Amino acid sequence: MNLAARRDWQVATATLFRQETPQVRSITFEATAWAGHSAGQHVDIRLTAENGYQAQRSYSIASPAGEGRHVELTVERISGGEVSPFLTDELRIGDTIELRGPIGGYFTWDPSISLPLMLIGGGSGVVPLMSMLRTRYRAGSTVPAKLLYSSRSAGDIIYRDELDTLAAYRDRFDLVHTLTRSAPAGWQGQTRRVDGDMLAHFGFQPTEKPQIFVCGPTSFVETVADQLVAIGHGESAIKTERFGPTGDKR
Amino acid sequence: MKVTRGFKGKQHGSEETTDRVPPGQYVTEEFPVLTAGPTQQTSLENWSLALQNGGQLLARWNWAEFEALAQTERTFDIHCVTKWSKLGTRWRGVMFDDLLKAAGLTAGPLMYVMAHCDGGYTTNLPVADLMDGKAMVATHFDGRPLSAIHGGPARLLVPHLYFWKSAKWVRRLVFMATNAPGFWESNGYHIYGDPWREQRYSGD
Amino acid sequence: MTDELAWLDGNAAAGPLSRVFSFEVTNLKVTCGSCGVESPLGKLHLYGGTMGMILRCIACGEVNLRVLEVGPSLRLDFRGAACLALGPEPRSARRSNAT
Repeated sequence: MNLAARRDWQVATATLFRQETPQVRSITFEATAWAGHSAGQHVDIRLTAENGYQAQRSYSIASPAGEGRHVELTVERISGGEVSPFLTDELRIGDTIELRGPIGGYFTWDPSISLPLMLIGGGSGVVPLMSMLRTRYRAGSTVPAKLLYSSRSAGDIIYRDELDTLAAYRDRFDLVHTLTRSAPAGWQGQTRRVDGDMLAHFGFQPTEKPQIFVCGPTSFVETVADQLVAIGHGESAIKTERFGPTGDKR
Repeated sequence: MKVTRGFKGKQHGSEETTDRVPPGQYVTEEFPVLTAGPTQQTSLENWSLALQNGGQLLARWNWAEFEALAQTERTFDIHCVTKWSKLGTRWRGVMFDDLLKAAGLTAGPLMYVMAHCDGGYTTNLPVADLMDGKAMVATHFDGRPLSAIHGGPARLLVPHLYFWKSAKWVRRLVFMATNAPGFWESNGYHIYGDPWREQRYSGD
Repeated sequence: MTDELAWLDGNAAAGPLSRVFSFEVTNLKVTCGSCGVESPLGKLHLYGGTMGMILRCIACGEVNLRVLEVGPSLRLDFRGAACLALGPEPRSARRSNAT
């Protein structure tokens, strides 16, 4: 990986949008100095107003690992936020921002890890986990994997169709959704906050020694990590990434 | 500098060039919370404020004693080094001049003060910047008891300097002979912090 | 805002630190200078917001690292850490025999 590219700010151009849910938009950026990334890493984004005022935030990379000049982010619009509404509402195709990265080595996964992969995401915390699942699929990996994904309502589920497609592929990936605020008629998934029973029932057993990644709002990550330990998973098997109260990492 | 088309940030529409706003600041209606550590939760039963000359205790007040001191209500503009300014904030507390008086002092025994706070935060100031109505130990904001996230039960309030000097959860004011740097001052922030001269970082 | 919402984790410091370190800094093992507990940098509790990054021990809460980024300049203070260690990758990165 090109280390110099990772350290410096570089200009990136928005080339593609996809509206995932009413509040969430995926944005593909093209950056000529981009040297690839690992699943789970993030970028820092910097925006500069005309008078020089700058704002900086971190966003997890959604696209699968690999080389190439494109990086996809998935941004949740936080009402009253300074940066996310700009990215979801104002940014146009062809506009440029500055980004730095990829960043992070602690919260990463690659297909050479043979341990079962247990992913637990809350809201937009699913983004780096999706990078891991996409990376796994692209590598043709059959490492057993499970995603337990908590959303407020069915309409808030990010990547819903793509996750269903991955789950139907029969390559040892299991998908469990849980909704915490409202569920539509005929809903087949879970309908409560993630708790120890759900983790024990739908997750890997501690004896299977999974590599566990938990990502989402701070309170979600805290609660889930505590429950994982309570049902017997080792602390060192659990990797967490928490988003701030606004959903922005900073 | 690469300008991002269409980005205006929080400061959009509220930047003013009045006499009350130091250079580089924008005005906010919010009251942002910045902290170097977890919010301190000190009960009033356990709270005390002390004045010290080095290791020598000059005066100490528990909550009831502190509330019995001369209380002053003042309105100030406050300026944070992270560029937001909040105008016309209303505070109530004990002016530093009245603390000295209550301790039987007419002046500080030494030229500088280090404020020590629950959670370990510190900040340093010249005594001259605390006296003559320039500073108070504040217990009420906007007519209500100061909340923990904003530094309650009591915080130092020194509005003519950047707001990191207005130390939250203050417990001890220790006079010292030299201007030893406190928490942020030891980490690249300006030793004095005058917003009108934009003294944000050491070397400014 | 409650306590648990006030802090992020050390992963958020990885960006500025990448300007100094050539390796994945979030795996760096930090030994607290106050209580001796060792944690990966990515797990430390990060406070400070736009003032600067204050990384605190997950066990005792004392400050281990301070990272202040001001425009082009970067300031690191490791005085609160007794030791920094770059070790082998976490135990989970076992290679598959099949490849």
